Amino acid sequence: MVDLLDRRLVFVTGKGGVGKTTVASALALHAAEHGRRTLLCEVDAKGDVGAYFEAGPTAFTPRELMPGLWAMSMDTEASLREYLKLNLRVPVVGRIGPLAKAFDFVATAAPGVREILTVGKLCFEVRERHYDLVVVDASATGHIVGQLAAPQAINELVRVGLIRSQTDWMLDILSDRAQTGLAIVTTPEEMPVNETMELAARVREETTVEVAAVVVNRVLPELFGRGEEAVFEDLRRPAAVATLAGLTGGDPAPVLEAARLAVTLRRTRAGHLERLRQGLHPTVPMLYLPFLFTRAHGLRTVRQIARALGEEMGT
Amino acid sequence: MSPSNRPRRRASDVRSLDGLLASREIVIACGPGGVGKTTTAAAAAAMAAVRLGGKVLVLTVDPARRLADALGLEGIGNAERRVPTEAFTEAGVKPMGELWAAMLDTKESWDALIRMHAPDTRTREEILANPLYRNISGRFVQSHDYIAMERLFEIHGEGTYDLIVVDTPPTRNALDFLDAPERMADFFSSRLLRWLIVPYRSRLVNLASRPFYQVADRILGTQFLSDIAEFFILFQSMYDGFVKRARAVSRLLADRRTSFFVVSTLEMVPLREAEFFAQALTERRLHLGAIVLNKVLPAYLRDPQAAKVAEAMAERAEDLAGSLAPKLAEGTDPAQVRRVLAEVGQSYLDYRVVAQREAEQQTELAAVPDTLVSVPYFETDVYDLAGLLRLGERLWGEQGD
Repeated sequence: MVDLLDRRLVFVTGKGGVGKTTVASALALHAAEHGRRTLLCEVDAKGDVGAYFEAGPTAFTPRELMPGLWAMSMDTEASLREYLKLNLRVPVVGRIGPLAKAFDFVATAAPGVREILTVGKLCFEVRERHYDLVVVDASATGHIVGQLAAPQAINELVRVGLIRSQTDWMLDILSDRAQTGLAIVTTPEEMPVNETMELAARVREETTVEVAAVVVNRVLPELFGRGEEAVFEDLRRPAAVATLAGLTGGDPAPVLEAARLAVTLRRTRAGHLERLRQGLHPTVPMLYLPFLFTRAHGLRTVRQIARALGEEMGT
Repeated sequence: MSPSNRPRRRASDVRSLDGLLASREIVIACGPGGVGKTTTAAAAAAMAAVRLGGKVLVLTVDPARRLADALGLEGIGNAERRVPTEAFTEAGVKPMGELWAAMLDTKESWDALIRMHAPDTRTREEILANPLYRNISGRFVQSHDYIAMERLFEIHGEGTYDLIVVDTPPTRNALDFLDAPERMADFFSSRLLRWLIVPYRSRLVNLASRPFYQVADRILGTQFLSDIAEFFILFQSMYDGFVKRARAVSRLLADRRTSFFVVSTLEMVPLREAEFFAQALTERRLHLGAIVLNKVLPAYLRDPQAAKVAEAMAERAEDLAGSLAPKLAEGTDPAQVRRVLAEVGQSYLDYRVVAQREAEQQTELAAVPDTLVSVPYFETDVYDLAGLLRLGERLWGEQGD
C-alpha cells in the first residue's frame, strides 16, 4: 500500500455532509506543507474550497493559495476548450458556433462525456507533471464510480476517434496504484458507513482505481473507559449530585446529562466503526480524524484536520 | 423580500408539521445530503398515517437497509407495499389510517415510461435495447431527478392515496430535481436535437460540409454519433407525450396541493445549502411549507449556570474529588474520580461550543417559513417503526421521552 502523499493523483469522495471538502483541503494543505507542489481541484464547484482557505473563489485556471498549494474548480466546458486547443490543429473552434450549446447537448446525450473531460483534465495535469500531487475534491459517493469508470465506459462506447485514442493513457494513470488512489471520507454513522462499504466494493469491481484509504471523520472522544464508568454512575446518584451542587454553587445535572449523551453518542458510533472495519478489505488503511469542538469553520479548521491527518499517516 | 422586512419567527412560535401534512396531497422533503431527509420523510408519513388517517404513502429513494426492512421494503422494485398493522401494534400504537411505502427504482421507472409512450412494439423494443438508453436510464444523473418526479406524478394521478410524502434523491445541485421536468421537455424540443438528427434521417445531406460534424466526428467517431442519432430518432416518436408529461409534472409541483419542506442540520455547510434551497423554492413560487432542523443539540448545553459548574469540575477536579469521596462507593480510587470529573466538565464545555455555534446559526436563518421544527439529537439510530414514530412525535411538536 502506497502512502497517500507519495501518489500523484488522489480522489477524495464521500457521502454528502461527511466533510469531504474539508478532508480534501486538509490533505492538499498537508502535502504542500511537506514540500509537494500540490493542486487541489474541486469537481462539483460550489466554491467551498475558496471559502475554506479564506481566499475567494477558485476558477478553472489554477491559482496559488499559499506557497506550494494551487486550487482550481473544474469546468467541463473550459476543459473541452483546452482540449480542443491542444489537440485540434485546424482552427475550428471559432467556427463551430455556439460551442456551449453544442457541448451541453452532446454531454447530456452521451453520459460519460462530462466525466471524461473532468478525469481527462486531471490525468493531463498528472501526465504533464505540472504538480507533484493532484488532490481531487471529487463527486459524492453516488457519482464517483461513474467518473472513475468513464474512460473505460467511453472506450466501450466510442470505438474510433480522437477521444478513443485519449482514453488509453488515462486508464494507464488511473490503474497505476503507485500513482492514483481513492480516499473515501465517512463519519461513524449508519448511512455513511453503509455507503462507504458499498462504494469500496463497487470501486474494486467496476474501476481500476485502488481504494487507498478510508478516512473516518468526526470521531468523538472517549470520555472514560469502562472501568471508570462505575465512578460516573456513582457521581450521578442524588447524594453525590447534591454534594457537587454545594461545592460548585450550581446544578450539575445538565453537565452530567451532557456527559451521558456524549457517552451514548460515542458508543453508537463505535458500533458503526466496528462494522466498517469488518466490512472493509483488511488491506485498506483507516485514518481517524477527531470531531472538532470549534466555534467556526475556515482555514483554522483545515489546519487542525491537516495536522490530525498528518499524525494518522505518520508524516 | 429581504429578511429585515418580514416578521421573524422563532423555533418556539410554530413547531409542528401536522398542519402541513393534513392540508396537502403531496409533501416533498428536500435538502442537502446526510441530514436525515429519508428518515424524516418516513417519520412524517408514519405519523400522518397514525394521527390523520387515510392512505399515506412514503415514496423513498435510498433508505438505510434497516429502515427499508422496517418499512417492509426488503425487496427491490417499484411496487408500493403496505406496512403491516402488526408493525404498528409492536410499536404500541393503533393507526387511524394506512401507511404504504415504495422505493424508487430508476431503471424500472424509465422502462415503464418507455412502455407507456412508445408508439409501437418495434420502437419500444429498439429503445429498450439501445446501449445509449441503457446508459441514460441507469447512470445518467439527471434521469434520477426526472424519474422521481415522474413517478410521483404517476402515483398521484391514480388517486389512491390521501397523502404522498416524497423523499428526493441526493442531487449534485439541490435544484436539479425541480428543473428536471422542464429540462427534459427542453431537451426533447431543442432545435439542436432536430438539427443533429436531420442528416441521419436524410442521407442526402453531406455531413462533411458542416463544421460541427467535422469536429464532432473527429472527437467522437462516426459510429458513436450515429448511435446518438438513432437513439434520438427513436425517442422523437415519443416526443409529444414526453413534453406534455414533463410540463404536467412541473404544474403538479407548483400546484396548491403540493408543498415542500426543507430538511437540514445546523452545521454550517448543510444549512447554507438548505437556505439556498428555501430561497429557490420561494423564487419559483413553490410552496415552502416548513424547515425541519435535525440533530439539534439539547438546550441545556447552553445553560450559563451549568457552564460554571462544568468549569469548576474541569479546573478543580482534584479538590472536588476529595470532598466527594465520602459520598461515593467505598474503595473508589480518588484518581479515577478526579479524571471522570475533569472529563465530564471538559466534555460539557466542548459540546457547549458546538451548541452555541448552532444556536447562532439558527437565529441567522434568513428564509424562515411559517413552520420551523427542531428535532433533537437522537441518541440512537432510527431504524424501526417505533423509532420513526418517536421522531414523528417531535415533528408533531410533542415532547418525547
